[in-house]
Amino acid sequence: MSYTIKGKTGDWEVVIGLEIHAQIISQSKLFSGAATAFGAGPNTQVSLVDAAMPGMLPVINEECVRQAVKTGLGLKAKINLHSVFERKNYFYADLPQGYQISQFAEPVVGEGKVVLDMADGNVREIGIERLHMEQDAGKSMHDQDPKRTFVDLNRSGVALMEIVSKPDLRSPEEAGLYLRKVRSIMRYLGTCDGNMDEGSMRVDVNVSVRPIGETELRTRTEIKNLNSVRFVMQAIKHEAERQVQAYDDGEEIIQQTLLYDSQKDETRPMRSKEFAHDYRYFPDPDLLPLVLTQDEVEAIRGALPELPDDKKQRFIDDFGLSAYDAGVLVAERETAVYFERAADGNDAKIAANWVTGNLFGALNKAGKSIAESPVSADAMNELLGLIADGTISGRIAKDVFEAMFETGKAAKDIVTEQGLEQITDSGEIEAAVDRVIAANPDQVADFQGGNEKAIGWFVGQIMKATGGKANPKLVNELLRAKLKG
Amino acid sequence: MSTLTDLTITAAAAGMAKGYFTSEELTIAHVEAMEQAADLNAFITETPEIALERAKESDARRAAGNAQGTMDGIPIAVKDLFCTEGVLTTAGSHILDGFRPTYESTVTTKLRDAGAVMLGKTNLDEFAMGSANITSYYGPVKNPWKGQGDGKDGKDLVPGGSSGGSAAAVAARIALGATGTDTGGSIRQPASFTGIVGLKPTYGRCSRWGIVAFASSLDQAGPLTRTVEDAAHMLTVMAGHDAKDSTSAPIAVPDFAAGLNAGVKGLKVGIPKEYTLDGMPSEIQALWTQGMDWLKDQGAECAPVSLPHTKYALPAYYIVAPAEASSNLARYDGVRYGLRVAGDSLDEMYEATRGEGFGDEVRRRVLIGTYVLSAGYYDAYYIKAQRVRTLIAEDFRKAFEQVDVLLTPTAPSAAFAIGEKMDDPVAMYLNDVFTVPASMAGLPAISIPAGLDSGGLPLGLQLIAKPFDEETLLRAAAALEAAAGFDAKPGGAG
Repeated sequence: MSYTIKGKTGDWEVVIGLEIHAQIISQSKLFSGAATAFGAGPNTQVSLVDAAMPGMLPVINEECVRQAVKTGLGLKAKINLHSVFERKNYFYADLPQGYQISQFAEPVVGEGKVVLDMADGNVREIGIERLHMEQDAGKSMHDQDPKRTFVDLNRSGVALMEIVSKPDLRSPEEAGLYLRKVRSIMRYLGTCDGNMDEGSMRVDVNVSVRPIGETELRTRTEIKNLNSVRFVMQAIKHEAERQVQAYDDGEEIIQQTLLYDSQKDETRPMRSKEFAHDYRYFPDPDLLPLVLTQDEVEAIRGALPELPDDKKQRFIDDFGLSAYDAGVLVAERETAVYFERAADGNDAKIAANWVTGNLFGALNKAGKSIAESPVSADAMNELLGLIADGTISGRIAKDVFEAMFETGKAAKDIVTEQGLEQITDSGEIEAAVDRVIAANPDQVADFQGGNEKAIGWFVGQIMKATGGKANPKLVNELLRAKLKG
Repeated sequence: MSTLTDLTITAAAAGMAKGYFTSEELTIAHVEAMEQAADLNAFITETPEIALERAKESDARRAAGNAQGTMDGIPIAVKDLFCTEGVLTTAGSHILDGFRPTYESTVTTKLRDAGAVMLGKTNLDEFAMGSANITSYYGPVKNPWKGQGDGKDGKDLVPGGSSGGSAAAVAARIALGATGTDTGGSIRQPASFTGIVGLKPTYGRCSRWGIVAFASSLDQAGPLTRTVEDAAHMLTVMAGHDAKDSTSAPIAVPDFAAGLNAGVKGLKVGIPKEYTLDGMPSEIQALWTQGMDWLKDQGAECAPVSLPHTKYALPAYYIVAPAEASSNLARYDGVRYGLRVAGDSLDEMYEATRGEGFGDEVRRRVLIGTYVLSAGYYDAYYIKAQRVRTLIAEDFRKAFEQVDVLLTPTAPSAAFAIGEKMDDPVAMYLNDVFTVPASMAGLPAISIPAGLDSGGLPLGLQLIAKPFDEETLLRAAAALEAAAGFDAKPGGAG
């Protein structure tokens, strides 16, 4: 089910490489002590270094280095023990130094890979080219004043990781899966929160197309600064189709930088001033090469949390979950944590069904994330416990869950308040069975005439009579005994 | 009071310790000298109020028995490349108009904490780019020395650069010492031109934090003083690791003045043959030979050494330093501080601000630096220059397997008249031919006033030592100084 674009003369495939700019989770900036919290007032998180005051010097934030190495290890990548910060020189009002400190020829992380679980059950391995650290720029605001531009330097100097994929992606869907997977890995690691709407993850997309069967890469275009997975997928689709159309019309694709307008679903070239041509990279003489020891790397590796791929395998191996369910549960760290807490002491498969079924359904409907779930993992665990020990039936549990979701109350409290405990007293159930049999001689005759399926109707009647609280197993046993008897 | 200005730092400290005079008296004498010598244009900003306030604080400390050491109460001048809290800091450039830092450089903080009294901010070549102190937006500095003959009669001479204001102030007895910075010779060459001691420490010895950057991999702060011992005292205070400067060395700072008089018996002194230049004045060659004899007379051994890549040092320097400068000076864009010349667009504002804010020499170096870093030229220029730099450092490393220090002239000439070499940047760059190699290798080096030329102008000799071996450097310098017995003063000073 490969993704192809129909052209005039045949089918084309799209070749995609992504550059993810991920903000490193850290208390302070990459080269200064200024804070990095989102949403602070303009220019309130700016040190002398971030404002590039004369004589100020950068000092590397070791926490940011650890975070980058951690991410590299999460991407199964080579960690370079020697890496170099360079200056990328260009002028812009929100770039106080007149250069961005970045890594160029010698990045801290080299080649790695990310595994994608495709919808059809297949697995795709996407290569990572490199990961390097760099400073973010400030923000220019052109809409605050008719004649002037305002500059907010809060982001100036914030630590970013740029994660560059190999041109291994072949469809908008793969690109979306890749982004979600990398984001998930970073969230598991606690190295980037991945909040694209806050700008802590932005994506540049490189797109080219070629006729199926062609092996050479054709000229690519780069779509800059996309801030949602959906836009990335839309922009790729649009740009790939535009390129095929252009080739079909006998035009050439020129290597250029584009902006994607999600409102109009179109790409347009950036004005030439929006990007510089020659960044004049050279090693930053204010900083020594970044030297790590293998021991330091191993210490970070040793402290890595379990990552999604490993967790998924464990869910399959230890809990007997299906690959699909396991994949769904590990996709987001919070979901996996929720599931494991909910399943603790309970049947993991039943727990998985509850999380992926009832809980996800309710969250979807309410437009909430799992972190905002009114039913906590512990509350879910309790609910599942009540089912397991027979206090309530699975059917009643669904009602209890709905009440829990609505009110935030504990399962036990709801069960007690509403008297929902399962009836396991066989005398009480027997009486109900007798009443139903006595009142429905036609159905009894039907059953005894050989329609085994009619038993379901009886069960339904008894459940109705007991408000759903009768233990279904007991009901079944008693019914069969009485009807056959 | 005039004799107070003729003291050394060491003698002034002793005088205050003995109660012969106070820091306030010492400071007033220097403030008066500063006023009287205003014609030299050695200062961009004079800070007599700050000086007197700090002098009184010093006297109060001393009265309370809390005197801080040799530098306490000593009036010094500060090169206007060091950021000083609340005091105009210009780097000699129009583009930093009105810039008053909210912070104090690490080196001047250390001096201040040690009790030194700041008289003012001294003039310099714009952004420390120059060898004659003629590129300052605030006008040229005059050398307090006047020469005779050779067309120099009565003419105003340059003090050297870029720390020309600091050198002139110390030579003219306006300050007991001064801070300078040295990128390719900016402490040593003006020291040579003005008959004083100028010390460039090992790269990384002093923090660069708060010093307006010219070329980050070369810039180093150091003292200009009238004696080697004074330089040692100042360096002891100025040096030290600073967590705010990633290139500052985490190496302990000894009391540099402690071992000065241990002598040079058995010291091996290398004489690099590549420092003999065609057309160099015979007086300089003779002084160099004299220097060898002075050291030999005290028991040192002189031996020829070879530094084969010396001739590539200056061209490589004029690639590396402008490359770094072109990037370091990008922050002067009119957006946040200093001069802003309005334009109809951001690019126009940049062009107008930088066009008006930077002088010719700075513009020249920014252009050179931008060029050598450009795509297509980077490998041929910048990378090659860095390779040359490695070879130069290797030359020195090998030489120091055989010898302890190197002895060379400091500059290929004595001070020249203001106006000379102005239209020939390359001739001007040649001033640094003997100082640049040590800068490229990051080595400590010092210029000692060793004699006068036939026109009565001072000439210096340079000593170069191994990385972080300022102690040997200063010990050899003290021996040279003692033998040279240089006691000439510029006309009208002291």
